[in-house]
Amino acid sequence: MATTTESVPRPPGAEPAQTRTRRRGNPWRRPWALEGFTWLYILWSILPIAIAILFSFNKGASQATWQGFSTKWYVGNQVTSVLHNPSLHQAVIQTLILGGLTTLICVPIGVGFAIGIDRWRTRTATGLNLVMIFSFVIPELLLAVALFLLVTQALTFINLGTPAEVAGLVVWNLSWPAIIVRARLVSIGPSYEEAAADLGASRLGAIRRVLIPLLMPAIFASAVLVFASTVDDFVIVEQLSSTGNTQPMSVLIYSNVHGGLSGPALNALATILLAFSLAAAVLGFIAYRWLTRGERTESTAEALTSIAGI
Amino acid sequence: MFRKNTDNRRNRWLWIGLAAPGAIWLLVLFVAPFYVMLSVAGGGINEFFQTVVPVWNPLHWSSWNFSAVWHDIVGAGAYIGPPALRTLLYTVIATVISLAVAYPVAYFVSRYAGQRKTLFLVLLIAPFWVSYMMRMLAWIDLLQQGGFFNSALSFFGLPGNTDWLGGKSVTVILGLVYGYIPYLILVLYAFLDRIDQRLLEAARDLGLSKWRTFWSVTIPLSKPAIVAGCFITALPMIGDYFTNQLLSGAPGTTMIGNAIEGQLDSPGQTGQGAVLALMLLVVLLIPMVYYVASTARASREAG
Repeated sequence: MATTTESVPRPPGAEPAQTRTRRRGNPWRRPWALEGFTWLYILWSILPIAIAILFSFNKGASQATWQGFSTKWYVGNQVTSVLHNPSLHQAVIQTLILGGLTTLICVPIGVGFAIGIDRWRTRTATGLNLVMIFSFVIPELLLAVALFLLVTQALTFINLGTPAEVAGLVVWNLSWPAIIVRARLVSIGPSYEEAAADLGASRLGAIRRVLIPLLMPAIFASAVLVFASTVDDFVIVEQLSSTGNTQPMSVLIYSNVHGGLSGPALNALATILLAFSLAAAVLGFIAYRWLTRGERTESTAEALTSIAGI
Repeated sequence: MFRKNTDNRRNRWLWIGLAAPGAIWLLVLFVAPFYVMLSVAGGGINEFFQTVVPVWNPLHWSSWNFSAVWHDIVGAGAYIGPPALRTLLYTVIATVISLAVAYPVAYFVSRYAGQRKTLFLVLLIAPFWVSYMMRMLAWIDLLQQGGFFNSALSFFGLPGNTDWLGGKSVTVILGLVYGYIPYLILVLYAFLDRIDQRLLEAARDLGLSKWRTFWSVTIPLSKPAIVAGCFITALPMIGDYFTNQLLSGAPGTTMIGNAIEGQLDSPGQTGQGAVLALMLLVVLLIPMVYYVASTARASREAG
């Protein structure tokens, strides 16, 4: 009897009770295949970087065989270490200059833009906001080419090199503070400011003493993002740099990978670059947690995603 | 409502003043550059110095550069057509691979990571903070002849002397995936994390199997994130001109970005570089407008 029931084709969903309960038994059981896949992805994404960092401490000049630990590519080697090679340490300095200047200019004007556009609800404001969002999605190369043509054909008083690089990096990164601060403005709502106004504060006073402190986490998160993305930037600075002196680390690495200053010194430079953005990220995360300490709703995961700009 | 309006009018100059620096920066350094690009594209050339002569009056723009580029794309000796096609091909393949890898990862972390969500997030965000150059440099180290990848291949008895960096499309596509996948994962994660778990529970309670729930509830719900994530991954890939230079450098793997950069830098060709960039912009305007419109809609629904 049992064999006959077995052979009869069944409509889906009418399987014997036992398989059903086993398959649907525990919906919260751990999905091993998915977890394994995730770990494989993480390994694939992080292991190559870890190896590259490791080889920046290699004693020999190889990037494939480990010859013992040394810091000669950072400080020791008189010719090609980051400390002693003029073009390498100039690149480190230029990267920090660009990161600092861009963050200092970009964040204040971006925050002002976000507040102004949010309150000045006119068609012009909507249009300007659209322009800002387009600057966020446009491929960087197109903007870089347009900026290059602008400073070489029209606004020739902006020299190629640091001035042009900063001008371009500011406009490319303006959308970070504008978008993040605007989102925070929406979630805060107008009630705090109205309360301050009812209690006698002027508009400007309410912004300075009520709104800005409330926006501080968003401002800080965007500052971290602007700094990290400037330090990391390649396309705009490559198009707008002029001489070797104005080439930051990313451009130097790019132009030296095939020939030139190759070997672990480049890995050392890249590791320093990594240390900068990582320091910004860790500092940003700690400060962000501290600034939002009163808001119990904000979980660690949410803080992490805010700092990463999502 | 009335109060708010008068209030806004009274403070109008304050809002304008706050927005002005950013607005001016955007107009001068984002909008104006594209007008210059048009003027260069429609402009002429100084025959003697082989330099660009931009024409600022739109009525005097010539189509000379445009027709020259058109011949480079489709004409007999066309040398821009192949990189353009290749760009499309690389971008599509790399985006599909990225999505196939990113979705399961984002899905796992958003739904099943539980207590370890923070750990997973740190690991997923980590590449985001590592410079693009370093991540490419890491693969150059691994893929070089005598590098770890070839050694691993020969360890498993496979031919371990392939020149992976000598102009292989596979390497470039891998580089594109590796370079841009973190963005896709984060976009997908942020969205999947916000899906109402009760919808999935309801689907299960109503008798749907795990897979049916996934296919007919989770996937349709996450469609906006898939579309947005693919755009945010594909747009920079299309404008990429350095990944292929780093990982191959061969003419057989050049992309449209290389063509634009090459023309811009060669004397007498700057105008044609501008035309090419404008053409790319026009093509990309469709996905860009779609993306902007969909995010605007999403924020309207949220706010």
